[in-house]
Amino acid sequence: MSRFLDHLRHLTQTPEPFSGEHGEARHENRDWEQGYRDRWQYDKIVRSTHGVNCTGSCSWKIYVKNGLVTWETQQTDYPRTRPDLPNHEPRGCPRGASYSWYLYSANRLKYPLIRKELAALWQQARQQFDDPVEAWAWIVEDAQHTAAYKQVRGLGGFVRAQWDELNTLIAASNVYTAKQYGPDRIIGFSPIPAMSMVSYASGARYLSLIGGVCLSFYDWYCDLPPASPMTWGEQTDVPESADWYNSGYLIAWGSNVPQTRTPDAHFFTEVRYKGTKTVAITPDYAEVAKLSDEWLSAKQGTDAALAMAMGHVMLKRFHLEQQTPYFTDYVRRYTDMPMLVVLEQREDGRYVAGRQLRAHDMPGQMGQQNNPEWKTLGWDELTDQLVVPKGSIGFRWGQADQGQWNLEPQDAEGRSIQLQLSFADNHDTIASVGFPYFGGIEHEHFEHVAGDDVVYHNLPTKRLTLADGQEVLVATVFDLTCANYGIDRGFQGEHDDQGATSFDQIRPYTPAWQAQITGVSAAQCERIATEFADNAAKTQGRSMIIVGAGMNHWYHMDMSYRGLMNMLILCGCIGQSGGGWAHYVGQEKLRPQTGWLPLAFGLDWTRPPRQMNGTSFFYNHSSQWRYEKLQVSELLSPLADPKDFSGSLIDYNVRAERMGWLPSAPQLNTNPLHLKAQAQAAGAESTQAYVIDQLKQGQLQFAAEDPDHPQNFPRNMFIWRSNLLGSSGKGHDYLLKYLLGATHGIQGEDLDQSNGIKPEEVTWREGAEGKLDLLVTLDFRMSTTCLYSDIVLPTATWYEKDDLNTSDMHPFIHPLTAATDPAWESRSDWEIYKGIAKAFSDVCPGHLGQETDIVTLPLQHDSPAELGPSEVKDWKHGECEAIPGVTMPSLIAVERDYPATYERFTSLGPALEEKGNGGKGINWDTVSEVDLLGRLNHRKLSGAAEGRPCIETAVDAAETILSLAPETNGQVAVKAWQALSKVTGRAHDHLARPKEEEKIRFRDIVAQPRKIISSPTWSGLEDEHVSYNACYTNVHELIPWRTLSGRQQLYQDHPWMRAFGESLVAYRPPINTRAISSMKQPASNGNPTIALNWITPHQKWGIHSTYSDNLLMQTLSRGGPIVWLSEPDARSIGVEDNDWVELYNANGAVTARAVVSQRVKDGMVMMYHAQERLLNIPGSEVSGTRGGIHNSVTRICPKPTHMIGGYAQLAYSFNYYGTVGSNRDEFVVVRKMRRVDWLDDEGRDTEQEAVQ
Amino acid sequence: MNTFLFGLYPYLAGSVFLIGSWLRYDHGQYTWKTGSSQMLSRRQMRLGSNLFHIGILTIFFGHLVGLLTPHWVYAPFMSANAKQIMAIIIGGVAGLMCLGGGLILLHRRLTNPRVKASSSGADNLILILLMVQVSLGLMTIIPAVGHLEGGSQPMLHLAEWAQSIVFFQGGAATHLEEIGLIYKLHILVGLTIVLIFPFTRLVHVWSAPIGYIYRRYQIVRHRA
Repeated sequence: MSRFLDHLRHLTQTPEPFSGEHGEARHENRDWEQGYRDRWQYDKIVRSTHGVNCTGSCSWKIYVKNGLVTWETQQTDYPRTRPDLPNHEPRGCPRGASYSWYLYSANRLKYPLIRKELAALWQQARQQFDDPVEAWAWIVEDAQHTAAYKQVRGLGGFVRAQWDELNTLIAASNVYTAKQYGPDRIIGFSPIPAMSMVSYASGARYLSLIGGVCLSFYDWYCDLPPASPMTWGEQTDVPESADWYNSGYLIAWGSNVPQTRTPDAHFFTEVRYKGTKTVAITPDYAEVAKLSDEWLSAKQGTDAALAMAMGHVMLKRFHLEQQTPYFTDYVRRYTDMPMLVVLEQREDGRYVAGRQLRAHDMPGQMGQQNNPEWKTLGWDELTDQLVVPKGSIGFRWGQADQGQWNLEPQDAEGRSIQLQLSFADNHDTIASVGFPYFGGIEHEHFEHVAGDDVVYHNLPTKRLTLADGQEVLVATVFDLTCANYGIDRGFQGEHDDQGATSFDQIRPYTPAWQAQITGVSAAQCERIATEFADNAAKTQGRSMIIVGAGMNHWYHMDMSYRGLMNMLILCGCIGQSGGGWAHYVGQEKLRPQTGWLPLAFGLDWTRPPRQMNGTSFFYNHSSQWRYEKLQVSELLSPLADPKDFSGSLIDYNVRAERMGWLPSAPQLNTNPLHLKAQAQAAGAESTQAYVIDQLKQGQLQFAAEDPDHPQNFPRNMFIWRSNLLGSSGKGHDYLLKYLLGATHGIQGEDLDQSNGIKPEEVTWREGAEGKLDLLVTLDFRMSTTCLYSDIVLPTATWYEKDDLNTSDMHPFIHPLTAATDPAWESRSDWEIYKGIAKAFSDVCPGHLGQETDIVTLPLQHDSPAELGPSEVKDWKHGECEAIPGVTMPSLIAVERDYPATYERFTSLGPALEEKGNGGKGINWDTVSEVDLLGRLNHRKLSGAAEGRPCIETAVDAAETILSLAPETNGQVAVKAWQALSKVTGRAHDHLARPKEEEKIRFRDIVAQPRKIISSPTWSGLEDEHVSYNACYTNVHELIPWRTLSGRQQLYQDHPWMRAFGESLVAYRPPINTRAISSMKQPASNGNPTIALNWITPHQKWGIHSTYSDNLLMQTLSRGGPIVWLSEPDARSIGVEDNDWVELYNANGAVTARAVVSQRVKDGMVMMYHAQERLLNIPGSEVSGTRGGIHNSVTRICPKPTHMIGGYAQLAYSFNYYGTVGSNRDEFVVVRKMRRVDWLDDEGRDTEQEAVQ
Repeated sequence: MNTFLFGLYPYLAGSVFLIGSWLRYDHGQYTWKTGSSQMLSRRQMRLGSNLFHIGILTIFFGHLVGLLTPHWVYAPFMSANAKQIMAIIIGGVAGLMCLGGGLILLHRRLTNPRVKASSSGADNLILILLMVQVSLGLMTIIPAVGHLEGGSQPMLHLAEWAQSIVFFQGGAATHLEEIGLIYKLHILVGLTIVLIFPFTRLVHVWSAPIGYIYRRYQIVRHRA
C-alpha cells in the first residue's frame, strides 16, 4: 500500500540468509521496476526503412507509443537463404538507428514556409490581380521585384504560410513559365528512385505530364561508371552482397566496406572463415584495411596504373606464357577479343588501330542485308576464314535477324565456329602499331615515368581486301590488348617492339613501372595479380573486386575502371557466382523498374518524357563553363590531329546536344508550345520540317548555345528527396551565384576576366545571375538546400509515408509505411505533388489548354536509334543533312491536356494498353495488368480520365508499380522473358515459370520483405540456386551484352574514343584543373600554406548529409565540419589537431576543424562529404562569407568521350551514359585560420595563435 | 505572533516535513533523488560539494546534539560555557566550510550554462536559502561571543525551546521571548527550510545509504 510502510515492515523482518550468511534474500517492493518496463513498452511496431541512398536498404521496426514514434530497431525477418549461405539479417547501423531523432527535433520542418520578401510581393500582387498567373507575371517581369527575394536566398527570413496559398503560387509560376518560356524551363531534381520509388514518381509524374524536365543524378553524382556502359552496354549491374560469400578471392579496391556498406560487411568477414583471402587497396588506412589480409596503399588517383600492371601479369602468365583453358575459352566466347580491328597506316609507314571491321566493309557485305555496318567480324579457326559471328548489335534490330541475337558459337548462317583469339601462329605480316602513352605526362603532385608519348609494338596481322578494293591489315583485339598492356611477345618486324619482356623492366605497364607511380611495390603487385588470377583459374571465376565511388570520382575514372574490369574479364570472373565487378555507390537498383517507369514519367499518358543529364545541365546553366581552364588539347591522344578538335569543353557538349548524342534542357531557344502555330503560320508541311528548317537557317538554336540569354534560363526548379545544395552540388558556389543569385565565395576569374579562350559554339554574354525565378524544396528537415529555397514544403518523414524500397545489396523489396500520420502540417511527397497538380489544373484555364509540345529526344540506347551514324558529322556546319533521330535529336510532337493534369496524375492512362510496356529494348503487352489495377484500385467515375484505374494514394501508386513490373508479378516476368526470346531465339521463360503465379502486393511486403522475381531487365538471377550476380544471364543464358560486338567490349572504336586515346585502357594521370594557379592568392594571414589533393569520401557519421546534422551523430563526431590531414602535412603548416583550418581555391573556400591522423596519406586532405552547412561554420578569411561545403572548392570538367551518342553501347539513356561530375582531381590550399569569425554578434569570435 | 511563529509554525513545518516526505516517497519515487549535476559538469564540484557537505553534516549533527540533549546530561562534566565555546568553534568552522562550499556551488549553478539550463526553481531556492541560513547561523556567533559569561544564556533557552517543541511540552514560544532578533531569524529560516524540504532535492537526506556499510550481499528477486 505504501512504499514507506512496506519499507518499515521489512526492517522488522529478518532477511533469510544464504551462502552461509554471506548474503541475504530480501522481500523488497519491486514495483519500481515497472518504470523501466514502461520505458520500453510501445503500442505498435510498424515496418519502414530509411530512404537515404545508402544501399543498405535495411528493414526496420518502428515503435509507436501514444501516437508518437519513439525508437527503431532492426528487422530480422528477411527471407531465408540457402543452407550454405549465412543469413542477411540483421541489417542496420547506428546512423539508421538515430533517425527517429529527426521526427520531433527542432530541425523538423513543420509548416509550409516561404521567403518573407516573396510572400510580401505575392500578397501585393494578389491584391492587384485576381488571376494568380498574372500576379506571378507582375512579380517576375520586374527586375526590382525579383532582386528583392533572389539576393536574400540563403540568408534566412522564412515565414509560415498556408498550403493552398503556396500550391497556387507554385502552380501560377509553373503555368506562367510554361506559357511564357516553355515547359522545358521547369526543372526537377530528385535522385535515386530506388530509395522511395513512389515519392520520386510523384514529382517526376507531375513534371512529365506538364512537359517539365527531370534531371539525371547518377552521372551527376559521378557514381555512374561510364566504363560500364562502354564495356557492357549496361548502366551498372552488380552482385548482391551475399555473393561475396561465394567468392574465393576478394579485393576491396577503394571501397571502405565496414563504413559505407555496414549492414553487408558481415559477408565480408564471414567468407574469410572459408579461407577466402581479402585484400584492401586504399590510399589511406581505411577501416577496410584492418579487415583485410593485405593492404596496398596506392597513391590516390593512380589506380589505373596498378590495375594495368596486374593485367600485364595476368595476360603474360595466364594467357601467353601458359594458356589457362578456362580463361581462353571465356575471352573467346564472351569478349570482343577475337573481333578484328582495321589498322590505319600513318605517313611514317607505321600503324594505329582504327575501326572494328564490319560486315559491310567486305565484298558482298558478307551476305548480310540487315545492318551490315553494325556486325563485327572474326576469324574462324575451324574453317580458317572470315565469319560474321552472331550476337553483334546488328543482329539486335531489324525484322530480318529476329531470333539471331545470341552468343551461341555460330556464324550468321548458324554454322558452328570457333573464333581465333590471336594471329600469332597464322599471320600474314607483322605490323608496327603505335599506342598512346600518357604515363609520361608531368604533374606537380603526381609521379610520372618519362617516355615517348607513343609506344610501338609489333603485332601479327592478316591482310584483307575490302569491298572498296582497299587492302588493309587487321589484328585481333586480343593481340592489340596484349600489346597495349606493354608486352613484347617477340614478333620480329621492321621496327623494334618497345614493350617489356620481364616484369622488372621499368616500361609501361609492368609491375616495376607501376611502382614508380603508385608506390606499391612491384613484388606485391605481381603477387596479388597472380593470386587473384590463380584463384579464378581454379574456381572458374570466383575472384571479385569490390569497388567504391571514390575511384570513380577522378576525371579519368574510365581508365581505372576499365583496368579493373579487364582484370576480371581476363580471369573469366564476370557473370560467375562469387566473381565479378562489385561497384557499390548509390542505391541505384530500382528492381521493379519497368513497372515504375510509366508511373514516374507519365508514360501511361504521353511519351516521351523530357529528361536531361544533370552534369551537362549544371555545367552549362550554372555557368561553370565560363571558368573552364582545361583545354581539349590536353586530353587528346598524341596520335590524334589537334586541328580536328577545336573548341572548348562546352562546345563539345553543345555539339553532342545538336547531334542528338546528349539530351538538352531547356531545349530550344523558343517556347516549344508555340512551334506548331508558328509552323502553320509559315505554311510548313509539318512542325518538324519547320523546326529543321529554322534550325538550319539559324533562326532557331538550342538553348545551350546561348545560356545567358533570358529566354534560355531554367526558370522554375523543384528539389525533393535531395540536398542538392548541401551535398551533391559540385561547383556549389557557381550554383549559388548563377542559378540563385545569392551570396557566394567564388575566387577565380571567368574567361573574360582572365583573357581565356572563349567557346566557339556558345554566345558569350555577361554572366546572368539568379536565373531561377522559383526554387521549391520538399524536405522533412531544414537542410542547406531548404535554406536557399524560396518555398520549403514540409514532407512526411520515412516513418510517416507509404513507399517502396530496393537496393543492389540484397534481393528484397520492402516498404516504407506510415507508423504515424505526418506530424504537424507535413504531407507525403505524393500528396504534395497531387496538391500542386490540382492547383495547376485550377489556375491554367485561360493560359494553357490543349497544347502541342515539341520534345527533342536524343538517340536512345536500347532502341534502333543506337545504330546511328558511324562518323562524327555536325549538320550545323553543313557536314551532313539534319535528319531527326539520325544526325540530330528526334523532334516529337506531344499532345498535352493541361487542364486535365490533376485527373491524369491520379489515374493510369491508356497508352499502356495501346503501346505496351517494357524496357531495355523489349516490349510486352500489359492489358491484363491494367485491367487488374482497375479492379484493385477502382476506376475514375467521371472527369477527364473517366474509366481509368485510380492512383489516388501512395499505396495505389505502389500497387501500380508492383503489378506492372516483372520483378514483382510473375506473369509479367514470363511475358518479359518471352519477349526477349523473340530477339535471342532462345527459350528463357524457364527462369520465371516457377514463380509465374506469384504476385507481390504492397501488403505482402508490409508483412515481410520479399525476394524479387528474375527478369530480363537485369542481367542477374535471383533464384534458389545462385545469388544475384551481374552478367550471369549473359554468360549462362547466352544473352548478348548490349554492345557493338554483343560481347564485353574491350575495344572502343568510336572516332572520339580513338582520338582521345581511350579505345583501349591506359593509365592517365589526374588532370590539372588549375584551381589554385588560376586564382589570385589571397592576403597572407601569417600562417604557412600547403597545396593538398581534395578527397571527399563517404561519411562515417552520416549517410550523405542525412544524420550528419543530428545530435546523436554530432556527438559521436566532433560537432561540426572536420577535415583530415596527415601528421607530416599538418606539421609542415603548423596545424595541430582540432585547430580551425581554411581550405580554398578558385572555386571557393571551406572552413573546418583539423583532424590530424596517421590514417591519412601525405599529400591529401580528406573531408567526409556532405557535412551540412548548418552548424558551426565560421566565416572564411578568404571569401569573407561563411565557409562552404565540400563542393565549394570543386568545379566540374566534363569529358568529351562521355558525350558520345548514337553508337551502340555509347548511346544516351537517362542515368545510363553521359557526362559525369568528377571532382577528385582538385587541389586546395590549406592553412591555419587566424581569426575564427562567426559572422554574428554573439561575441564568440576568437583568434587562433599564429603558427611559430 | 510570537506564539504562532515559534509555537505553532514549528508544528506546521514539521507536519508538512513528515507527511510531505512520506507522500513524496510513496508517490514520487522517480523524484526521490539528489538531482546531481555532476554528469553535466564536474568543474568546481570536488571542492564545492565536499566543503558544503562536510560543513552541513557537521552543523546538522551539532544542532541535533546541542539542541536536543537536555542540560542535565552533560552538566556533570561540561559547563554551559564550555559547551558554548565548543559550539562556536566547531559550528564556526563547519559553517564557514558550508558557506564557502555552498557559494562555489551556487556560483556554478547560476553561471555554468549546462547546469543552469537543467536547474529548477526549487534547486536555486533551496541553495540560496541554505546560504542565507548558514550566514545567519554564523552571525549568531557575534552575540554569542558577547555574553559568554552571561547568566541567562540564549543557548539554554534555545535548547529548552527545541526540547519543548520536540517533546510536546507546550509553551515553547515563551522560551524565546528574550532571545535576539538574529536567533529568531535563524530559527524562522530554518523552519522554512524544514517546511519546503519535501518539495526539494533535500529529500535525498532521508536516503543516505548508511545501510551499505553493514548490509550483507542481497538478493531481492525470488522464484515464484
